[in-house]
Amino acid sequence: MLQDTTTSRMKPAVALEGISKSFPGVRALSDVSLSLYPGSVTALVGENGAGKSTLVKILTGIYQPDEGTIRVDGAETRFPTANSAAKAGVTAIHQETVLFDELSVAENIFIGHAPRNGLGLIDWKKMNADARALLSRVGADLDPSIRLRDLGIANKHLVAIARALSIDARVVIMDEPTAALSHKEIHELYELVDRLKADGKAILFISHKFDEIFRIADRYTVFRDGRMVGEGLISETTQDDLVRQMVGRDVGQVFPKQEVAIGEPVLTVSGYRHPTEFEDINFELRRGEILGFYGLVGAGRSEFMQSLIGITKPSAGAIRLDGHVKVIRSPAEAIEAGIVYVPEERGRQGAIIGLPIFQNVTLPSLSRTSRAGFLRMAEEFALAREYTARLDLRAASLDQDVGTLSGGNQQKVVIAKWLATRPKVIILDEPTKGIDIGSKAAVHAFMSELAASGLSVIMVSSEIPEIMGMADRVIVMREGRIAGRFERADLTAEKLVRAAAGIQEAA
Amino acid sequence: MADVQTIARHIPDRLESRGARLIKSWETLLVAVALAIFLVNSFASPYFLDPWNLSDATFNFTEKAMIAFAMALVIISGEIDLSVASIIALTSTVMGYAVQLGFDTPALVMIGLATGLLCGAFNGLLVTGLGLPSIVVTIGTMSLFRGLSFLILGDQAFTGYPASFSWFGQGYVWWVFSFEFCLFVLLAVIYGVVLHKTNFGRAVYAIGNNQTAALFSGVRVGRVKFVLFLLTGLMAAIASICLTARLGSTRPSIALGWELEVVTMVVLGGVNILGGSGTIPGVVLAALIMGMVTFGFGLLNVPGIVMSIFIGLLLISVIALPILYRRFRGRRSH
Repeated sequence: MLQDTTTSRMKPAVALEGISKSFPGVRALSDVSLSLYPGSVTALVGENGAGKSTLVKILTGIYQPDEGTIRVDGAETRFPTANSAAKAGVTAIHQETVLFDELSVAENIFIGHAPRNGLGLIDWKKMNADARALLSRVGADLDPSIRLRDLGIANKHLVAIARALSIDARVVIMDEPTAALSHKEIHELYELVDRLKADGKAILFISHKFDEIFRIADRYTVFRDGRMVGEGLISETTQDDLVRQMVGRDVGQVFPKQEVAIGEPVLTVSGYRHPTEFEDINFELRRGEILGFYGLVGAGRSEFMQSLIGITKPSAGAIRLDGHVKVIRSPAEAIEAGIVYVPEERGRQGAIIGLPIFQNVTLPSLSRTSRAGFLRMAEEFALAREYTARLDLRAASLDQDVGTLSGGNQQKVVIAKWLATRPKVIILDEPTKGIDIGSKAAVHAFMSELAASGLSVIMVSSEIPEIMGMADRVIVMREGRIAGRFERADLTAEKLVRAAAGIQEAA
Repeated sequence: MADVQTIARHIPDRLESRGARLIKSWETLLVAVALAIFLVNSFASPYFLDPWNLSDATFNFTEKAMIAFAMALVIISGEIDLSVASIIALTSTVMGYAVQLGFDTPALVMIGLATGLLCGAFNGLLVTGLGLPSIVVTIGTMSLFRGLSFLILGDQAFTGYPASFSWFGQGYVWWVFSFEFCLFVLLAVIYGVVLHKTNFGRAVYAIGNNQTAALFSGVRVGRVKFVLFLLTGLMAAIASICLTARLGSTRPSIALGWELEVVTMVVLGGVNILGGSGTIPGVVLAALIMGMVTFGFGLLNVPGIVMSIFIGLLLISVIALPILYRRFRGRRSH
């Protein structure tokens, strides 16, 4: 059963050739090729938005490529459905496993292909015995009859892997499998990957963490902006080299950043901490400044920003606004104080779908457009018109349901809503996530104008070009702490990636 | 890049005129239905058009409609209060108990209103303070409040309300216009203004459409919801005063099953049972329709159980029809 992993002229188990995939307004992948070899771990690295998850979805039959071919053992195939990819032996283990909490471990492993007895009913005895055997192969000593919900995340991963083995998967895709694991669990996962490798599985390993890539991967492939920009053997590369390939591009030229005289401190945050999300956050934000917050997904940036406006309560810490200590316990108090937050999840936290555009814009400013608690529609329309015009909103009428707008225009309504409160500090959380290029440019131009007009801007972003192009200063967060501070002058993409991933400075 | 002059395109405030919207609205449909029932009733019975008969007919809906106004706000905000009928029972019982202790009308009214507010505050605290789903909380308090009423009363009835108290249920302000009907009109205006013309009303719509985004936008979601439950408690108390005064006695089974009729009235009035939309004029029209149907059935000697069946079918159809209509439209556009 064991295959010779030292053979250099091995045939790939799965090969993608010349794959392209476009979505409206975005070219997610262009002419990408990737080969996965039996008994070998290939690390896929790239920034957020480089096209990694699109590739995984093509490999698992969720998306269909526009161009290119997929070969399994050299034969051209198509994966029209997720099931067909599974039948061909390709399986994915996601950051959050897609399993059934209410079913037993054995049922989760064998769902869809449970062993049957002579009557066509599920053969529980055989299923539990087979499950136990599979679990022991992945080094998990679990009772197959217990409910999945009673397991921790690490054990759930093991069940997912056992399931992958049960369908005789030959290609295992692991999408940031260690994101939610503890140190000990991560170590166990490494051992498991080694065992899968020894079993001759081809493994695609997606991770932002360089230490684990160098620990377990044999090969690497680098994606940038939907293209493959490099591949090779891990043993022949360095962390520096990989970082350079990930970010190597010209940044800054497309961003309309204006030079603004930075003024006095407006917001001072000291000693902010939270039991689980972040700790020891200290910084100063000045008038006219755009302060970037960079970090990997889950670094605690959004949680911290939401604590500034009173959504999550910090366990300690103080803020000063224009030199005065302020206590903010609710978004209403934050708006009053002049701190507003444009959330990342536009559909859930930002836009109120079902209400017309003008009512969305005026909601936090109603005290200004009303008299003694009574609405004044004419003033509402005037305010909504003023701010939506500044953002160049495209809409049929201000009375239109905001849900009928495109994502980019919804974002303009949400930003207009917050600007209409005339804040001192505006926090933009991933302001251009998931919006088209045109709206992106409008948002960037506008952000720059805001800073020039004397507002202080905090921009949370996971996109390096955006951070490099727009920010005067950058704070990098990692695992809830500030991992680095950079001035615009000495900002490089490499430094950002290093700080966010926790790589030590080379020499 | 910098010298490109962006020409601000003009976006109109509204595309449709108010008249065009009104014609397409649910309320217009309700007006048509109300007129049709009015015509059918006036042909079916020669007694229907008599002013005093019509005045009597209003008692079929005024008390329920008062609660329906507050319930409309609760449902628009995405919650529900099923304990209203039990609040009526408990309020009536407490007032009856106070009568035995010798309290007079002004004190009875105060005690009644305070009981309703306390019940509403209890619901509100459980929903906003503990974050429990309102449907579960108010099913619980529905049993609790009526249970307390049974505990105090057993199977007897409180009577002996002062003569001046009966005016709230039997008095007339002018000619055929009863105190209850005038109160109904006044409350309709107040609730209409609160929901459609104030910041508070806007907050109710915002919460019903997207509670999280409303919170992020500075709406004090907990406070608004608490006030809404206070209001349903208060309105149930007012309805209880009217009903108790009209009947002249309190039994623990008073207003049994009213919560369903109130919810039906609200939903028939065009309020989305899932929250987010609806109007007070719609609820007023629904109240008139349900009142006239009940009255019409009465004139035709239709037994009460048929009325119950009718209410059940009405509730299901007014919830199902808009959903089926949307699904039908969605399928056609594909």
